[in-house]
Amino acid sequence: MFTVKTLDQVRKEMEKWLVEIRKVLNHSQTRPESSTVSNLDIKLIYTPEDIKDLDFKTNIGYPGLYPFTRGVQATGYRGRLWTLRMFSGFGTASDTNHRWQQLLKYGETGLSTAFDFPTLMGYDSDSLRAHAEVGKCGVVIDTLADMEVLTKGIPLDQASTSMTINPPASVLWAMYLMAAKKQGVGWEKVNGTIQNDMLKEFIAQKTFMCPPEPSIRLISDTIEFGTKHVPRWNTVSISGYHIREAGATAVQELAFTLANGIAYVQDVINRKKMDVDAFAPRLSFFFNSHIDFFEEIAKFRVARRMWAKIMKQRFKAKNPRSWWLRFHTQTAGCSLTAQQPFNNVIRTTTEALAAVLGGTQSLHTNSLDEVLALPSDFAVNIALRTQQVIAEEIGVINTIDPLAGSYFVETLTNEIEEKAWEYIEKIDKMGGMLAAIERGFPQLEIANSAYKFQQQLDSGEKVMIGVNKYRSSEETLIETLKVDEGVEAEQVKRLKEIRRVRDNRKVKQELANLRAACQSNQNVMPYVIQAVGEYATEQEICDVYREVFGEYRDPGFF
Amino acid sequence: MNLERKARVLIAKPGLDGHDRGVKIIARAYRDAGFEVIYTGVHQTPEQIVNAAIQEDVDLVGLSCLSGAHLYLFSEVMRQLRERGADDITVIGGGIIPKEDVPKLREAGMKEVFLPGTSLAQIITWTRENIKLK
Repeated sequence: MFTVKTLDQVRKEMEKWLVEIRKVLNHSQTRPESSTVSNLDIKLIYTPEDIKDLDFKTNIGYPGLYPFTRGVQATGYRGRLWTLRMFSGFGTASDTNHRWQQLLKYGETGLSTAFDFPTLMGYDSDSLRAHAEVGKCGVVIDTLADMEVLTKGIPLDQASTSMTINPPASVLWAMYLMAAKKQGVGWEKVNGTIQNDMLKEFIAQKTFMCPPEPSIRLISDTIEFGTKHVPRWNTVSISGYHIREAGATAVQELAFTLANGIAYVQDVINRKKMDVDAFAPRLSFFFNSHIDFFEEIAKFRVARRMWAKIMKQRFKAKNPRSWWLRFHTQTAGCSLTAQQPFNNVIRTTTEALAAVLGGTQSLHTNSLDEVLALPSDFAVNIALRTQQVIAEEIGVINTIDPLAGSYFVETLTNEIEEKAWEYIEKIDKMGGMLAAIERGFPQLEIANSAYKFQQQLDSGEKVMIGVNKYRSSEETLIETLKVDEGVEAEQVKRLKEIRRVRDNRKVKQELANLRAACQSNQNVMPYVIQAVGEYATEQEICDVYREVFGEYRDPGFF
Repeated sequence: MNLERKARVLIAKPGLDGHDRGVKIIARAYRDAGFEVIYTGVHQTPEQIVNAAIQEDVDLVGLSCLSGAHLYLFSEVMRQLRERGADDITVIGGGIIPKEDVPKLREAGMKEVFLPGTSLAQIITWTRENIKLK
């Protein structure tokens, strides 16, 4: 990037500067060492010397062109703003439908569904395991009837809907597709995402049902089905978010996410004998935007560059769309504090800004009260307005990748890349991500980082305002959302009624067909869709999975 | 610790909640402090937890819940411990628990509920001072 003469000059000037600062440093309180929240060492200053080996074309380049460090869209946010997508769901399908309508009125541009724990885990509302959890952490969906209510009045040929659902992803997706069909919307027009990323469940989020191998098979089934029948759907959202929330560093989040992506691509190629370019363009990603501003920006930039290399060099993809890493971002829930909750607005703002400067395609901003409860309408409105201020007032979207060329940001970008490749190589040597999970490698790496961070907090080495510094004895009281305790009884009643009025003979037959498909190598999706169409419940379908594939038990690595 | 034998601690996650970052940090802190630690993993029913507590003959059970189902799940663990004559085991808990629920959990028999922001040292110190070795 620089001539030898320029670099010589830079070094000379640096010597002079060092002399000057040494005078000051001896007398001042300047911290001798600094590091990011993930413990990457940061120098006091960066110069052209730090990026002297950088090549503009191969390392930075132009947006829309390989290796996409500056973004996948050639026109950046001027061409298309990120999708303002607020993760939301609570109570019954009807409660959540009202919240969705409200959010659309506030100016959100994409929907995102939070399900309650029984739905996430494949249990019906009247299961013993569901008691006291129904509608609490998200919306409850037992059957297609609930999905119809959830999507009522929302044109499914126009809306883009994301569903955070993993072990039962095939079931909820089938319900959504059937709801669209009932609206008269063809599947070629249906647009959205299912998270459907089981590897990160074993690693971090811990909503699992069947063991890893059959879990991956179900994912490959959905990818194959989507490629053929629902071409605008993102059938997997390869997620670093939960890995980070579980305590991973930025490097670990990035490396494990990309390694999971590699495992999915490899499985579809091996199992389905599909050409990589047939399905790779519909793979999507989901990252965390944590509190360390530049570290996050660097992480997003390099994620694109690394995935492009993986797809082009490792999997020999030829379609440039296969090289794209498109991603959704959520600001870091784990960076928020129960203490002095209004400070969370500031944290979320800087995290959202980092995501935008890193070129995200879609963004959820956490509400200030999300560490205490599901967000109130008041809090979610501020969170959405935060995105709108960033998008429309402060000017950061005017030029693409404004931090490119920064000595510091480019250096950090390179460092994160280097460290992430080391992890990926290590996982490759173990025999891939499935083998690594088997031996608890990513789980323990994350647990180590989480423990270290807690110790750093306890010692005051890392700071969380209101938690270990600037504490306040006064408690800030804020009104939080309470999910109506009557939701469970209401939902159980509704479920029982559906079981009564549906054609139970047909349900039984469809479940038997699904069981046979699971036992063979057939794609399960058409059978799940049939069963859902007869109002088979989520758990009835998941019980077939559990019966055929077995259940996974948490090995409890710590 | 000035004890004849190591105190045994069962760390458990009841319910469907998978948020295990905190609970694993707690488990490790106990281990580093010289306790013998058994961690159940996520997705345990109250019955499974009570069985483990009795079989492993533990001195303390630590429950974690971040899903909002703590009132039912924690109280159910307490009820079953009583029912099986094992209510001499000290039970503590933590997670996303509203302050107003803490008295209810104490009433159910829990000795202490640690809210967000508690340091590991505070929890270990409390345990050393309050645990009843059988």
